[in-house]
Amino acid sequence: MKNKKIKNIITALVVGALATVTTSCERTASDEAVPATFSTNGDIFTDAPVGLGNFFYFPFAPDATNPVGSKFDAFSVDDSESYKGTASIRFDVPNANDPDGNYAGGIFVIDGTGRDLTGYDAFTFWAKASQGATIAHIGFGEDFGENKYRAVRQNIQLSTNWVKYIVPIPDPSKLVEERGMFTYAAAAPATGLGFAFWIDELRFEKLGTIAKPRPEIFEGQEISQRSFLGFEIAINGLSQTFNLANGINQPVICTPAYFNFNSSNPQTATVSELGIISLIGDGTAEITASIAGVEAQGSLTVEVDGAFVTAPDPTRDPSNVISIFSDSYNNVPVDFFNGFWEPFQTTESSNFNAGGNNMISYSNFNFVGNQFANPTVDASEMTHLHMNMLIPNEIPADLDFLVTVVNFGADGVEGGGDDNREQLFFFADDFEADTWATLEVPLTLSPRSNLGLIIYENINNPTTSEIDNFFLDNIYFYKQ
Amino acid sequence: MKNKISLLNMLGRYGTINGLLLVIGAVTILGCDGDYKQEVTTLNNLVWADEFDGSGSPDPTYWSFETGTGQNGWGNFELQNYTDRTQNVQTQGGNLIITARKESFAGSNYTSGRIITKDKIDWTYGRFETRMRLPYGQGMWPAFWMLGADIDNNEWPGAGEIDIMEYRGQEPTVIHGSVHGPGYSAGQAETKSYELTNDRFDTGFHVFGIEWGPQYINYYVDDVLYNQITPADVDGEWVFNKPFFILINLAVGGTFVGAPNNETVFPQSMLVDYVRVYAYE
Repeated sequence: MKNKKIKNIITALVVGALATVTTSCERTASDEAVPATFSTNGDIFTDAPVGLGNFFYFPFAPDATNPVGSKFDAFSVDDSESYKGTASIRFDVPNANDPDGNYAGGIFVIDGTGRDLTGYDAFTFWAKASQGATIAHIGFGEDFGENKYRAVRQNIQLSTNWVKYIVPIPDPSKLVEERGMFTYAAAAPATGLGFAFWIDELRFEKLGTIAKPRPEIFEGQEISQRSFLGFEIAINGLSQTFNLANGINQPVICTPAYFNFNSSNPQTATVSELGIISLIGDGTAEITASIAGVEAQGSLTVEVDGAFVTAPDPTRDPSNVISIFSDSYNNVPVDFFNGFWEPFQTTESSNFNAGGNNMISYSNFNFVGNQFANPTVDASEMTHLHMNMLIPNEIPADLDFLVTVVNFGADGVEGGGDDNREQLFFFADDFEADTWATLEVPLTLSPRSNLGLIIYENINNPTTSEIDNFFLDNIYFYKQ
Repeated sequence: MKNKISLLNMLGRYGTINGLLLVIGAVTILGCDGDYKQEVTTLNNLVWADEFDGSGSPDPTYWSFETGTGQNGWGNFELQNYTDRTQNVQTQGGNLIITARKESFAGSNYTSGRIITKDKIDWTYGRFETRMRLPYGQGMWPAFWMLGADIDNNEWPGAGEIDIMEYRGQEPTVIHGSVHGPGYSAGQAETKSYELTNDRFDTGFHVFGIEWGPQYINYYVDDVLYNQITPADVDGEWVFNKPFFILINLAVGGTFVGAPNNETVFPQSMLVDYVRVYAYE
């Protein structure tokens, strides 16, 4: 109570001072437009949320990778635990099989205008957990809007003691009006059993010991690749690393908006501030980046060689075809072209359109599947599988590409003891780099009245025959 | 000359040393509060300075190189090979730059530099200071220090050693000041650490100095006096009443810091803006 009174007096004094200043400078102030100024308060949570407004906690919603989303009520303020003062933030990470959400994750976003954080160099907090635990990420800059200046530390190891954690700000000068005060995500460990963790004294602060910035794009790799006019390439593997006072080099995963991107040849490739490279002319361009004038490790040298050639148009009579993916036929209902199977799948996918022709683009490939089980496909009368596939750049000599067609059986779902499958192998001599291969193979699995899934795998990946990305088109079963 | 073995056993005995220091510190604060302040910074009579305003190698009138690997890595199992190449030691842009590099050189995996004023110029008493920006990273060990000029005939630690600044690259906010002498060397050296708050030693220049008189050595970082060592503090003969010469070096690895790891960024440089010596008055 005492503190509060003192605060009020100070506030009154400050207001008084401001009023005086305003009065004496009235003429100047009204003559010129004054840039808006935002709160420079660094505190986010001390014993209660600080200046976040009424509605600031938003759990992560369901998305493609998680149909339930975060457990809704994972966040609370705990009046019985604190590093300092009387209360802390508590997160209850649910059990892995919790039907209300199998992880905890969300954001604190200011319910109101943002803050000017340019005077700080770090986002810091004290934390502990009910057991030794790994938190997938903690950071700031996520507001469910553009998430423009998101920056997080990943895989933070918590112990059962209070420890201070530091997330360096990749470039404070960017944070002139930031609303995203906190983001986190945590899941139960392999045991499947949930736990609790606490965060206290959560704030932005100026440590003065955040030094030696080492930004990276493409995870610091110097990449070369060939590509085509009209293509876009997203710059990934973005991070900023600082040396902390304890000697640790602390990486922070951050968004493209912290970087300045450069193209050595803007006639060939341009880069947006969101880190999207657009290939606009033939030639070669090197894409580099920097944060606050410090050159990032990693680059992409892209050679653009003409327009992308689309797959040959199918000519078969539609009445002899059951199509999974093609612009030339009516396709059956497809559940997904990428199952994002956890935890081992790395493959990312995008629907790619070149000159009105849609195709599937897979990148960061290890394996991926197309599911079409609602309803399943009765291909009993179909004799063959057809696919067009293009591998850019280079065909690994020992490529062993496996396509598995899965029949879900009478129960119409994967598993259940009645599935059968056929494995179809393709090798390096079935392909030519940058050229559409037409793959047509007989289907011999029996029965095939409830087909539900096609799986693509690179058997030798990743040690000797990596194919990072490829394109698929005209996936269909046909009758000869 | 006898090589430096400073702080060889320090890590293992750190707890004990800390304990001792705490006691000494408490006594000093209670009993000798005045002593900490009475010695006013003496910047009246500059008797020698190198501002490193030239280019190329440092002025041979005052400095010579110590090269090679010494014995057992200069007594500390250091990993660098000191050279006299400008890649490792050069004056440029108003600074002396000593650079540690990761490279194969005459059987070593690292190169760096060490320069000394031995047999060229030395001093008894005075204020000795340098302005430096330090390197960073696991395994970096820069130092600004002095050895008794009679060391060729008075085996270490008999000749005495005054470490004005030592630093571990993995602790970028902390430096150490020490004296070594007969009965109080290596692990038993009289030493104290100083930690910067809200700043670090590798992002900007800082002044490291001692004021050395017949009965005391005062240690400074910038304008902060953080330690005083007197004959009463050392467990042996006070040997700091004769000429000492200056050494500046950047070691890589060794017992004090441990080897660099794969996170250590190379090359690493220490920048020396100046070395100045003021007479004791």
